[in-house]
Amino acid sequence: MSMVSLTIDGKMVSVPEGKTILEAAQQTGIDIPTLCFHKRLPPIGSCNMCIVEIKGRPGPVTSCNTPVEEGLDVATQSDALHAQRVINLKKILLHHALDCPVCDRAGECDLQNIVYKFGITDVAFEPRAQKRDDAYATSLIRYWPERCILCRRCVTACQSIKGIGAIDIIGEGDEARLVPVAADKCKSCGECLSVCPTGALTENLSRRKGRPWMGKRVKTTCGYCGCGCQLELSALENRVIGVHTETDDGVNQGSLCVKGRFGYEFIGDENRLKTPLIKENGQFREASWEEALDYTAKRLSAIKDQFGPDSIAGLTSARCTNEENFLFQKFMRAVIGTNSVDHCARL
Amino acid sequence: MTNPISDILKAEVILTTGTNTDENHPIIANYVKEAVTRNGAKLLVIDPRRISLVDHATLWLRPRPGTDVAWINGLMHIILKEGLQAQKYIDERTEGFEALKAHLETFTPDHVSATTGIPADDLIAAARLYGKARPASILYAMGITKHTTGTDNVKSLASLAMLCGNIGVDGGGINPLRGQNNVQGACDMGGLPNVFSGYQPVADEKAIKKFADAWGGVRIPSKIGLTVTEMISGAASGQVKAIYVMGENPMLSDPDKHHVEHGLETLEFLAVQDIFLTETAKKAHVVFPAACFAEKDGTVTNTERLVQRVRKALEPPGDAKEDIWIINEISKRMGYPMPASTAEAIMREINTLTPSYAGITYERIAEKGLVWPCPDKNHPGTPVLHRGNFTRGKGQFFVIPFKPPVESADKEYPFILSTGRVLEHYHTGTMTRRGSGLNRLYPEALAEISRADAQKMGIAEGDYINIISRRGSIRVKTWLNDRSSQGMVFVPFHFHEAAVNLLTHAVVDPVSKIPEYKVSAVRIEKAS
Ligand code: SF4
Ligand code: SF4
Repeated sequence: MSMVSLTIDGKMVSVPEGKTILEAAQQTGIDIPTLCFHKRLPPIGSCNMCIVEIKGRPGPVTSCNTPVEEGLDVATQSDALHAQRVINLKKILLHHALDCPVCDRAGECDLQNIVYKFGITDVAFEPRAQKRDDAYATSLIRYWPERCILCRRCVTACQSIKGIGAIDIIGEGDEARLVPVAADKCKSCGECLSVCPTGALTENLSRRKGRPWMGKRVKTTCGYCGCGCQLELSALENRVIGVHTETDDGVNQGSLCVKGRFGYEFIGDENRLKTPLIKENGQFREASWEEALDYTAKRLSAIKDQFGPDSIAGLTSARCTNEENFLFQKFMRAVIGTNSVDHCARL
Repeated sequence: MTNPISDILKAEVILTTGTNTDENHPIIANYVKEAVTRNGAKLLVIDPRRISLVDHATLWLRPRPGTDVAWINGLMHIILKEGLQAQKYIDERTEGFEALKAHLETFTPDHVSATTGIPADDLIAAARLYGKARPASILYAMGITKHTTGTDNVKSLASLAMLCGNIGVDGGGINPLRGQNNVQGACDMGGLPNVFSGYQPVADEKAIKKFADAWGGVRIPSKIGLTVTEMISGAASGQVKAIYVMGENPMLSDPDKHHVEHGLETLEFLAVQDIFLTETAKKAHVVFPAACFAEKDGTVTNTERLVQRVRKALEPPGDAKEDIWIINEISKRMGYPMPASTAEAIMREINTLTPSYAGITYERIAEKGLVWPCPDKNHPGTPVLHRGNFTRGKGQFFVIPFKPPVESADKEYPFILSTGRVLEHYHTGTMTRRGSGLNRLYPEALAEISRADAQKMGIAEGDYINIISRRGSIRVKTWLNDRSSQGMVFVPFHFHEAAVNLLTHAVVDPVSKIPEYKVSAVRIEKAS
């Protein structure tokens, strides 16, 4: 791979051919403001926040989609750039309600962060022409047009990561909005929601919610299929209030499917078993752990004594951890004394 | 999997068969699509159903259900005839080639076409596509294994891959996609009747001695134990008196529901620990409330053998307890106190007794998982298996004759029923059918039949039908689409009120003991 050398803010940088100016800057530790750019997605170039100046060229260019060239002399900061970025950001904010106090995303919103960074406080807000029927491609996600900055991250994610294209931005100016163009193809994966830089897409699952920064985040592995996606459960008051992902993490690289992202309601379901049960005359009754464990140990011991260890069998589980599976087969082999242990891998 | 998931991006051709990857392994499907759209890889889908992955395929073959050995042998026949095989690899790394070659002689395109229903030209095109690509990856799932010939199917796929030198190389391999989050780990940990953890055979005296010594001089039999299906039959016949179930629901996942029900009801003692009162738990004498994955620490092993952490985020509800605690407490009461009582301590025990997991510690996998085999604490893990050499030395070609499925469509039962999963639900539905989200998307079982068949029978979208097999009958709503071919009906197995295992038969693969969930003969009637 051939390397290309250029100068960014006076620093010499050498990067592989085909990289963008933004990537070259990031690699050098130079921070260029971005909004629509997302490292999991191909460059979009809609927000114009990442503009830079190239010596000898007339106007600024967007660094996210301009490839490096040998000998370029790039400036990422100047008064003119700053002024232009502020104008661009205000343009974006024109249609974005500053309703942060009631927005689910407040606290982890890319837009909020960048607005704060640029110190913008005075923007006239002109709400986009509202149509009240704002059904989204899936009922698990809610669309808030007044928060949408039309950055196209969601559209790009659905297209490039899922290969689907269920949503698109239709219309110009005031009329522009995110529209489910092929709702029947939507897989409810939530890829669009996870890349949205604002609170324009929110999870539409349970009403009892906490703000994102309130939950304790615990990194774990998805409990469903064998892909082993990495995710973070956000827990508040002993309930899961949401699922998050890190873009660089695990085989899933921040993606999840509908089960991993939205399938956590069972955890707090009221029908979870909460106490041991013993059957008496065909009916279950609640029992204490002492009683249930004593009863089980007694029955297993008696059956083992009377009919031998091979009269007892155990089913372990493809949903349990390695440690539990190991312990279970150890129990069957060492304590019961049989190799009759299996699980439903075959089923 | 012999290769990591990310290797899909290195393949020139990806052959998927018996996997509805979009719905059952959505993240792996992302990789397949990225390989196609960004890297220009070619996708070859071989599946009786027109699954959505076909949208991205260069070529799709639709074999009759249960004819996998025939088309695989057919592809190998063409590859040899056209000289596309990796002869050097075959000579250096495999054995049994001459016998296979002789055996394949009769599997001509015309002959195979008659058996499988795949046009001969398509077979030739597929053979060229796979045969010319280096490397090419094969992905398969339960659509290959859930047959009475499942083991034959897998061995045949392995032969196909070896024939083209695709095992032990980056971007190649034969890659089973495992359905549940820790099927791989449950097998690795010795949750099988014939092996201890790390696949150390119980019939091996040395292995028995090693485990018996480590576990305080207990006596462990060398006799291979019973499989799930044998346990159920044993229960019915009175040979098995008690079953202890941790987190499984055979009432829905086993092939013949009546048979399972009868077996479990005949038991003298059934103990079930689970997070919900499942159909199986309802049959129990004692039920223990267990913690779910969000309420405990531990590790799970994904389909690419990657061991990753599970971490506790919540306390279990009410009096529910972690499985480890429950097993320990029963064990203690039976006179065998177990020393290791935390997940991490158990992992240390696994390290000492399981060579392939010896180097996997919580400290090392805190950030990123490790892929077994990982034999010591400095070993980086082994993402690609059989590199340079096969685990057993030489790769073995097997001669596999074609055997038809146990049941086939006939006058009385003219449809073939296939069962499986849908995207929105998981296994027996105990987790995904709680709460509103996933249920809203897919609230009840839908039988997928072709529009053509529906029209013939006067069935409209959303009508209820009765599906009847030699064993039972279920009532289920219809979804007319083009995924099922004519003469085929697909029903997911997540729904206890439309339990497909009332229909399926209990004949299993002689080696893997996997039941034939993909082929049962049924008839369809419009229901009231
Ligand atoms: S949920 Fe997934 S499939 Fe649906 S619109 Fe969003 S990205 Fe596309
Ligand atoms: S998020 Fe979806 S694809 Fe990923 S492990 Fe969970 S169930 Fe599988």
